[in-house]
Amino acid sequence: MILRLVWENIKFRPMRTLLSILLIGVPVMLILTLVGVSRGFMEESQQRTRGVGADIIVRPPGSSFTTGSTAPIPEAAVAKLGQMPHVAQSLGVVQALTGKLFNTINGIDYPAFKRMSGGFTFVEGDDAHAFLQPNDILVDASFAAEQRPKLHVGSQTKLLNTMWHVTGIVESGKLGRVFAQIGELQNLTQAPGHVSQIYLKLDDQKNTQAVMDALDKLIPGYEIYTIQDWLDLTSVDQIPAVGIFVKVIIGIGVFTGLIVVSLSMYMAVLQRTREIGILKSLGATKSFVMSLILWEAGAMGLGGTVAGIALSFASKEALKQFVPASLPQAIVPDWWYIVLGIALGSAFLGAIYPGMIAVRQDPIEALSYE
Amino acid sequence: MNSADSIIRIRNLRKVYKTGRVAVEALRGVDLDVPKGEFLSVVGPSGSGKSTLFHIVGGLTPPTAGDVVVGGVDVGKVSDAKRTELRRTSVSFVFQKFNLLPNLSARDNIRTALYIAGRPMDHFEKELRNVLELLGIEGRLDHRPTEMSGGEQQRVAIARALATGPAILLADEPTGNLDSTNSLAVLNLLRDLNQRLGQTILMITHNAEAAAFGHRTVHMRDGQLAESPG
Repeated sequence: MILRLVWENIKFRPMRTLLSILLIGVPVMLILTLVGVSRGFMEESQQRTRGVGADIIVRPPGSSFTTGSTAPIPEAAVAKLGQMPHVAQSLGVVQALTGKLFNTINGIDYPAFKRMSGGFTFVEGDDAHAFLQPNDILVDASFAAEQRPKLHVGSQTKLLNTMWHVTGIVESGKLGRVFAQIGELQNLTQAPGHVSQIYLKLDDQKNTQAVMDALDKLIPGYEIYTIQDWLDLTSVDQIPAVGIFVKVIIGIGVFTGLIVVSLSMYMAVLQRTREIGILKSLGATKSFVMSLILWEAGAMGLGGTVAGIALSFASKEALKQFVPASLPQAIVPDWWYIVLGIALGSAFLGAIYPGMIAVRQDPIEALSYE
Repeated sequence: MNSADSIIRIRNLRKVYKTGRVAVEALRGVDLDVPKGEFLSVVGPSGSGKSTLFHIVGGLTPPTAGDVVVGGVDVGKVSDAKRTELRRTSVSFVFQKFNLLPNLSARDNIRTALYIAGRPMDHFEKELRNVLELLGIEGRLDHRPTEMSGGEQQRVAIARALATGPAILLADEPTGNLDSTNSLAVLNLLRDLNQRLGQTILMITHNAEAAAFGHRTVHMRDGQLAESPG
């Protein structure tokens, strides 16, 4: 019966209920979107790293996994490492930030890259015309879709203060989103003869540890990882700033939800003063009145969670439409329970004060309330 | 009348309301006995204290002084929780403004009272058949208050009040918001309920004609019982 009372109360003032649910839903959506973007960004980045087809990655001394837009490794090392026992192929890559959100432009030796990764799948253009001129670039489909106007084969685009000519649109999933010839990028970044990192493909993965040990001796101080270790390092959990940012957004979500529910329930208590008086005249206990308020707040928290989850799908579609390369958003079902807890927690907390007001109402005054 | 037989026994009842620094003495030493099964009318002008008497007997507010024993419970000496229990188990109200929950159907209004009282809610129509027949609202149970006339709403309010089987029915100006036809119908209903079911009723009214439906009428003026002909 108590649920029926709550349900009828919710139905009786649909606009107030709807607004409250939406106002709780927005911070829930923000949390899910932020977590989804962090995860989507990292998952796509990891997928692209896997797509290179390497077994080991070598990075400059003192580099962190969030950096990579400089090229301090002598290019001669690429050939040298490629001659090590059990190393089937080495690939040097120059990376530079494009200046467009988080996207990098990757300088590659195209034939070597094709051998290691298996080459690109072209959405537009073809392999034969990929890098005929120094300023030719390939871009992946997400990057092409994100630019305004959208990029196609034959388009011109400005990156690193240079006009580039798009000669191919490729499927996402290998190394990066924008590819230029390595020499051209070395010149532009004023690092001729240097690379940002080196990928190694082994003759057999069983030899990974032996090669890692040999690399440690050969180039002490360099950051050397198996690809799997590198992928583990580049998870969202490994980036402290993301964790703090998510916590801040959660805090804002809790605070917003708390205020929204508190205001909403305060209004509800005011609007229902007479009804609370009626319930008290029928012998309703304080706990009964409080439970009504809390159940209603809980229902709004639940509704807000559902609305927030639905809105997170909408935000994913919106981001996919406008910034598919820079802010890829993953749907994060494992966070649905967390946001449900956050929404319910803030709803219950927010309902306590209005609930106390309802409980303390004098039944005679409440019954005479107009 | 032996006061030991009374379902309501009031002695030297005083009630003072404080508004800021001003103290208003609403009841100034009321003595009253209501035996079980009586239909008592309390009449008096506005401000005479009859509503205050009604609220104290119903356990909605405690007295300032005096003894008010309702169904064996001295409402002045028990906690707020006990007075709440009194309202849940022994006393029911019928108000001038009906006071039905507007978002619920008539059936759910009655079920709510049963739920709060901890009584079985299902099949109440069967168990309360006599009352519902007497009230003539069997066909209106699925309607909300806004879909009913004032007379129908008041009948639903009476059904809700009786559903929990209270020892005492307190009716505060039950015809105050009704036209003469519906007023007559409701007063006849109260009298029938009293006669057929032996329901104790304490009715407050400022209308002498309405008061005449009771067995006995007491008059209130300036917070005191001015006359007690019974």
